[in-house]
Amino acid sequence: MKKYLSFFRMRFINGFQYRIAALAGIITQFVWGMMEILMFRAFYRANPSAFPMEFSALSSYVWFQQAFLALFMTWFWEKELFESIKTGNIAYELCRPVDIYSMWFVRGIANRASKAILRCIPILLTGYLLPSPYRLVLPDHLSVFVLFLMSMLLGFLVVVAYGMIIYGLTFYTVNPMGIRMVSQSLAEFLSGAVIPLPFLPDKIRAVVELLPFAAMQNVPFRIYSQDISGSDIYQAMLLQVIWLIILVTVGKIIMNKALGSLTVQGG
Amino acid sequence: MKLYMKYVGIHIRSMMQYKISFLFTSIGQFLVSFNVFLGIVFMFKRFSNVESFTYSECLMCFSIVLLAFSFAECFFRGFDEFASMIGNGEFDRIMIRPRGLIFQVISSKLELTRIGRIVQAIVMFCYAVSKSQIHWNLYRIITVILMIAGGTVIFAGVFIIYASLCFFTLDGLEFMNVFTDGAREYGKYPINVYGKNVLRLCTYIIPFALFQYYPFLYLCGKSNQVSLGMLPMLGTLFIIPCSGLWRLGIRHYQSTGS
Repeated sequence: MKKYLSFFRMRFINGFQYRIAALAGIITQFVWGMMEILMFRAFYRANPSAFPMEFSALSSYVWFQQAFLALFMTWFWEKELFESIKTGNIAYELCRPVDIYSMWFVRGIANRASKAILRCIPILLTGYLLPSPYRLVLPDHLSVFVLFLMSMLLGFLVVVAYGMIIYGLTFYTVNPMGIRMVSQSLAEFLSGAVIPLPFLPDKIRAVVELLPFAAMQNVPFRIYSQDISGSDIYQAMLLQVIWLIILVTVGKIIMNKALGSLTVQGG
Repeated sequence: MKLYMKYVGIHIRSMMQYKISFLFTSIGQFLVSFNVFLGIVFMFKRFSNVESFTYSECLMCFSIVLLAFSFAECFFRGFDEFASMIGNGEFDRIMIRPRGLIFQVISSKLELTRIGRIVQAIVMFCYAVSKSQIHWNLYRIITVILMIAGGTVIFAGVFIIYASLCFFTLDGLEFMNVFTDGAREYGKYPINVYGKNVLRLCTYIIPFALFQYYPFLYLCGKSNQVSLGMLPMLGTLFIIPCSGLWRLGIRHYQSTGS
């Protein structure tokens, strides 16, 4: 456990080195968030009764999405890992006395968390200071907030576990570009990153909400904006736990199988 | 031109070494913007119109922006990876060759995988044309062509700005994404959807609205002024300050790398 912790720390400090990049990123995300909200505002004006959630809830959803983008974006890949598979550097990693799945898992967590922690506070703060319907609102109850944090942690782990499966599949194709793009765009839409899931037609939404992708950002953000409430919260979080277990198991199996018959590329 | 075709040939041949990967990447590109399309479909299923624009009109608007962006990206992709070109000293090599700098940067990278995106844009464009109730006449056809061409030039200008800034920062600025990927993404709806301030910004600072919103008003019959349809030509003037910035950057350039 200790070696994973120190590995986590190393990655974390590494991520903190790029402060200017983070500032540029914060501004970018703020603009994206604003445009997103303005777009939804236009639709809201066109027909308020067709809007599936409160407008203020939507604003909170968008701000959280931007603030914690680094935790939940499925298109964030670590090029080094792909490179190590492609160039054969993976052989070194295999020599180390650590479980490669756990190490990469920790690495993913650390990379994303260090990015998110740097970026989230300014965005959340600015979002909070905006005028009323566009601002980030605080939840009424502390319990909601606690549940939100727990669910966010679960969702975060689901994202990392999903990524691990894709890394695992990369062992089978030398050029990972294709698998990566297909899997990320699939996840992006089904997790509610393009439009929040409540905006989907009811029948489609009922199916989509059961998929692992809905266990990513959809659940925590909607708990926060109280779009999911009451016993639905526990149901949704249970689903998150189940998917997390399934994804980790599948990821481990794929990885072990791949490592069993690995051909190291390059010399 | 002959030299450019030669470059194109080399890129195609090198890409064909990995046929399956090429296919997958193209499909991937196709899917990425397909997401945006799905978003539009579902939003309009719920709301029938936005700022008096209908589904088919927005689709038309989006496909034009996507076409312009994909063309610009396909040919000017070299500028997008310019940061690494400066970073590893590749640009020094380019400077000692007896050909135009812009030309060489352009031909250093050709993204044929963007073909997925172009194909999708064309398919969507055809679909939008068949669905739309536009009363076609010669002026409107010219307007569409101007919108696509003008958009390509403006996006190219943005790519050049992006690259020029690398001379000063030595690293790509993530912020510029707002004007490249962001403009593509948010160009799916006519710009006035985002309110007056954004429209003003996109008219006077970076002229996205000149090839998107204003000519589009004429195209879908919301306005009868033919002059609106000719605005993309005005927008292409944007390339002048962009290339000015590029020249300034070159003068400022100090070699990095080893």
